[in-house]
Amino acid sequence: MNLEKVFFAFFIVLALTLNFGFFLGDLDDPNHHNVYELYAALVVSLIATIMKFGDRAHIGAVLLATSLVADLQLIAAVVVWTLSVHASDVGLTPMIMASIVSLSGGALLANVTSVIILVTETVMFRR
Amino acid sequence: MHNLLYLLLRRMRLPLIVIILAYAISILGLVLIPGMDDQGNPWRMSFFHAFYFVSFMGSTIGFGEIPYPFTDPQRVWTTVAMYLTVISWLYAIGSLFSLLQDPAFRRMVAFTAFTRVINQLREPFYLICGMGDAGHLVIRELAAHNIRSVIIDRDENKIQSLRLEELPTPVPGICADVTDTSKLRAAGLLKPECQGVIALTGNDHTNMTVAIISKLLVPELPVICRSETHDSEANIASFGTDYIINPFDAFASRFAMMFQSPSMYLVYEWMTSMHEAPLSEFAAPPRGTWVLCGYGRFGKAVREALSFKGIQTVIIEADIARTGAPEGVIEGRGTEAFTLYEAGIEQAVGIIAGTDNDANNLSIIMTAMELNEDLFTVGRQNLSTNDTLFAAAGIDIIMQTGRLTGRRVVDLITTPLLGNFLRMARDQTEDWANVLVSRVVGVLTDRPPESWVITISTEQTPAVVELLNGGASISLGDLLKDPRDHTAPLPCIAVFIKQADNNEVLLPGDDMPLQIGDQLLLCGQPSAETHMRWSARSLHALDYINLGYDAPSGSLWRWIDAHTHRGT
Repeated sequence: MNLEKVFFAFFIVLALTLNFGFFLGDLDDPNHHNVYELYAALVVSLIATIMKFGDRAHIGAVLLATSLVADLQLIAAVVVWTLSVHASDVGLTPMIMASIVSLSGGALLANVTSVIILVTETVMFRR
Repeated sequence: MHNLLYLLLRRMRLPLIVIILAYAISILGLVLIPGMDDQGNPWRMSFFHAFYFVSFMGSTIGFGEIPYPFTDPQRVWTTVAMYLTVISWLYAIGSLFSLLQDPAFRRMVAFTAFTRVINQLREPFYLICGMGDAGHLVIRELAAHNIRSVIIDRDENKIQSLRLEELPTPVPGICADVTDTSKLRAAGLLKPECQGVIALTGNDHTNMTVAIISKLLVPELPVICRSETHDSEANIASFGTDYIINPFDAFASRFAMMFQSPSMYLVYEWMTSMHEAPLSEFAAPPRGTWVLCGYGRFGKAVREALSFKGIQTVIIEADIARTGAPEGVIEGRGTEAFTLYEAGIEQAVGIIAGTDNDANNLSIIMTAMELNEDLFTVGRQNLSTNDTLFAAAGIDIIMQTGRLTGRRVVDLITTPLLGNFLRMARDQTEDWANVLVSRVVGVLTDRPPESWVITISTEQTPAVVELLNGGASISLGDLLKDPRDHTAPLPCIAVFIKQADNNEVLLPGDDMPLQIGDQLLLCGQPSAETHMRWSARSLHALDYINLGYDAPSGSLWRWIDAHTHRGT
């Protein structure tokens, strides 16, 4: 067992599960989407990205790319949230909430891709 | 470039994760801990405020407790967070700097920069392997001739010192093993701009490896290789290396030439002299018995060449068994008076100090001069750093291995015609050489002559080509006239011409007509080259030389000119 591989897989899967947890619920209902969960999803996603730094294999490059996509989507969601609450008087309207959640939904897709690649690589690597 | 980025990212992985975790923990703590607003109502920081606060706290900017003064629990947590973020930043920046200072990383940066320079190199260049005395001289001389070169050497310090040197053109260099094919390729071996490979390291086997690599990868590329033993010389020649330079043999044959035909030697010396060297006085060595100290590669070559000219040598050698010295050899270093006496130094006419140790060579010559002050002295200098010592010792002929090799290489590159000339000149008589020497001396001042090559071509002599294409005939004499005063000849002589139909003529006459494709080897004052290239380039200057006056170039003046000069 390789400890590095454990950490690697742990963060990638955790990024997906946290992301999924935030995404779950009515699209435009602020009560169904916890800000802490979004925060945790972003932090874990950033760590997962850095874990993938420096892998020169092709599959490593694809993993890094999907992770960067997830980061981008989550950061966009966080920025929308911050702007709506702090920088304007709009507040968390159902419309704003819907766009935040759908942005995190995009990140969810990217994270699903990451996990699929991870699983594929693991299955191919019979040792 | 990509390798560098990957290495950087890989090494920064842990520090970046530590920073993110430190920030994440600090932010989360601030959001969870209850605070109080300015009215005393319970208030909690949002993620936005917490991120803002941690950002300026972690970077030690410190705007204060924003937006409301903190409660004590918040202050306790902020204290923890301060240490957490500052330490993680220090750790990350420290790792970054240690990575940038890492020798392996710096080598990689240097190599990346080097490959980028080589990839962008669009001018013809020579690839030089090994930067000893010879390599250094070749680099400087080629730069002076505006020829680009690229250098590989194993010694980092030599590459560094190259950067400090003020050369007219930049010389990219890399510290690497020259026998590493990938490094040779990175240095541009496969590039079409590469004109040739020059292997000048101090090790015959390394030079041979370089020659093999380049002959295998690019068979048509010329290879110039230094070799100090006959063994490896034969080996290197066997796979088609174009030029092999053995400094010992080269010196020995020149030295022997001094006895047989001093003028011929002078011609050779002048034609192959270095850029801006002082005009050296020449004294022919006396015939008689010579004492030769050191029977290594140098000693063997000199003895062979001298015995070919019928000159006796008495050998002094410290290690008779290893060098395989012949009968009658005297055992000793030659630095002591009694060995020199034993060799008959009092009756000898000259001494050759040819060991591979500079201090011993100097000692031999000084001891010998004390015993017999009429001796003609020849000293072998192994290291260029001993220049001043050898000059101070007043030695008649100094043989410096590196300089000799370097000069040969420079001649091969800058004046390839020289080889043809010297081959033909070798068959001439001493009288012929005497005439040539007196003619060259006639045009000189106090500087030694320069030799240069002019090819009649559109690039080098556009004016001549234009006139020739127009049906005019131009003779060699026209080119040798001063473009400022057509009655005066330029201070130079044409020593050799290789005509377009491969016909080679020594000392061509002034009336020889020029054709496109002719290659001229000229010798004389350096200023003559400048003037000659000017008249070969400028139609006006050439017209002036031909007609004897400044021909008008406007059509009206040309018409007037045609009428006034009619009948003259």
